[in-house]
Amino acid sequence: MMGGEVNVIEVQHLVKRFGEFTAVDDISFEVRKGEIFGFLGANGAGKTTAMKMLTGLSFPTSGEGHVAGFDIWKESEQIKKHIGYMSQKFSLYGDLTVSDNMELFAGIYGVPRHEAAHRITELLDRLSLSRERNALVKDLPQGWKQKLAFSVSIIHSPGIVFLDEPTGGVDPAARRQFWELIYEAVDEGITAFVTTHYMDEAEYCNRISMMVDGRIDALDSPAALKTRYGASSIAEVFDILARGAKRAE
Amino acid sequence: MDSIAIHGLRKSFRKDLPPAVDLREDVSISKGELFGIIGPDGAGKTTLFRMLATLISPDAGSAVLEGLDIVRDYRKIRTLIGYMPGRFSLYPDLTVRENLEFFASVFGKDVGSNYALIGNIYCRLKPFEDRKAGNLSGGMKQKLALCCSLIHSPAVLFLDEPTTGVDPSSRRELWENLAQLKASGMTIVVSTAYMDEADRCDRVAMMKAGRFLTVDSPAAIVRSFDRPLLAVRSDDMFRLLHDLRAMEEVEKCYTFGDTHHVTLKPGADADAAAIASRLEPNHSGLEAGPVQATLEDCYMNLEEK
Repeated sequence: MMGGEVNVIEVQHLVKRFGEFTAVDDISFEVRKGEIFGFLGANGAGKTTAMKMLTGLSFPTSGEGHVAGFDIWKESEQIKKHIGYMSQKFSLYGDLTVSDNMELFAGIYGVPRHEAAHRITELLDRLSLSRERNALVKDLPQGWKQKLAFSVSIIHSPGIVFLDEPTGGVDPAARRQFWELIYEAVDEGITAFVTTHYMDEAEYCNRISMMVDGRIDALDSPAALKTRYGASSIAEVFDILARGAKRAE
Repeated sequence: MDSIAIHGLRKSFRKDLPPAVDLREDVSISKGELFGIIGPDGAGKTTLFRMLATLISPDAGSAVLEGLDIVRDYRKIRTLIGYMPGRFSLYPDLTVRENLEFFASVFGKDVGSNYALIGNIYCRLKPFEDRKAGNLSGGMKQKLALCCSLIHSPAVLFLDEPTTGVDPSSRRELWENLAQLKASGMTIVVSTAYMDEADRCDRVAMMKAGRFLTVDSPAAIVRSFDRPLLAVRSDDMFRLLHDLRAMEEVEKCYTFGDTHHVTLKPGADADAAAIASRLEPNHSGLEAGPVQATLEDCYMNLEEK
């Protein structure tokens, strides 16, 4: 499906304007197949707007790009079918059981019926949720809902999964469990594109970008960024870059 | 002097489930104290907030807030407290200014009389005064919610995860604001999922399954960490995590920024050098050494008790 490409995302000079306001201001970057890419920035820096363009939900004002091998201008419907997406406000159906939710999303993503059954069993097993397959989602603890939301987002084995603040408001132990799920999925070849406000999580990424006022002001591995800015942590790098921001959200 | 005195508190929502809150001890929070609550989802933090804020009544136990009983004197208490729930609960179709005026008027105040208290926070919202609250960014919504919970100059402020979804710079600003409010004598009870925030509290309660497991100052909690702690890294962190967990001497291993933190089983005959030499054949870029525990390490190891 990926046609042997090494980049799962490639965008050049992406711009998005709302009237006078330039939300995304000429960004160009690649995300490599199989990496965990951290997409960082302050509230209001333009992350959500950029993600909407990358996930086929909105068109740029100008610029070019491919996501999962499809053109962001001409093939946005194909993009939606070949990516996974999970946000902090996950969209599970509380009144349906765990396996009903999985079947529903497998159906929506067009996973063939016989493959879906196999995939669902495999995911339930991996999440240690097999015993809860007939439980209503609303009765599950938050941490399990989160795991389920993640597995639903990769039920169609997408080339890339977008995780929008997946760990917001989650305690340190549950955040780590969640990151191990990401590691596992990536180990199996999925590419992960993650936004987070936890700077320790930024360290778990292969590469991170820092968005400031609609631009990408820095993009590199966490270690390289720390060296470049003479910082001991990514939190410090974030502070140094965010201090240059002119936009008040 | 006590601002809040809890004499055990219990609340159940369903007969077939254990109580959401089940505090069995007395807990006092002093006037002007910044008191933090940390714990996993479902620990009972929000239920505890809702009882102290007089929104629900306890099944058993009692609590006194500024000398008033949370059940009997709930009307009076409501004029004395500010409560910022975890979920955004302002009016999305009112403007920034209208929300603020509304909350002030509910308490029979006007915005002007307590403006000094919120000025530092509100100045950032001022340029957006006419924008509908529903159209604000996450960080701005939090700032407005905080202003609305402060506009009647409460003696006690309850903040339920005020920084969820807020970027690091705005988080720091919020905590600077809290420090100023504390300095003015306000009692603040705040829950958070960020351990660096818990570190800024006078005392922290670690809560799980409805109970307080520990209540102490962050420094004392860290001092009580009683086992050797190692930090290990290599070029393949995911494999390293599994390799460390597979080692017999390792009690617990978890990711910690750009390293993994490792605690050893009691009496294990190993140190950083021994662990490193065993991993060296399979890992490049290996580094291992002892490290000081932080509040987050205490939290991670508390989980297992």
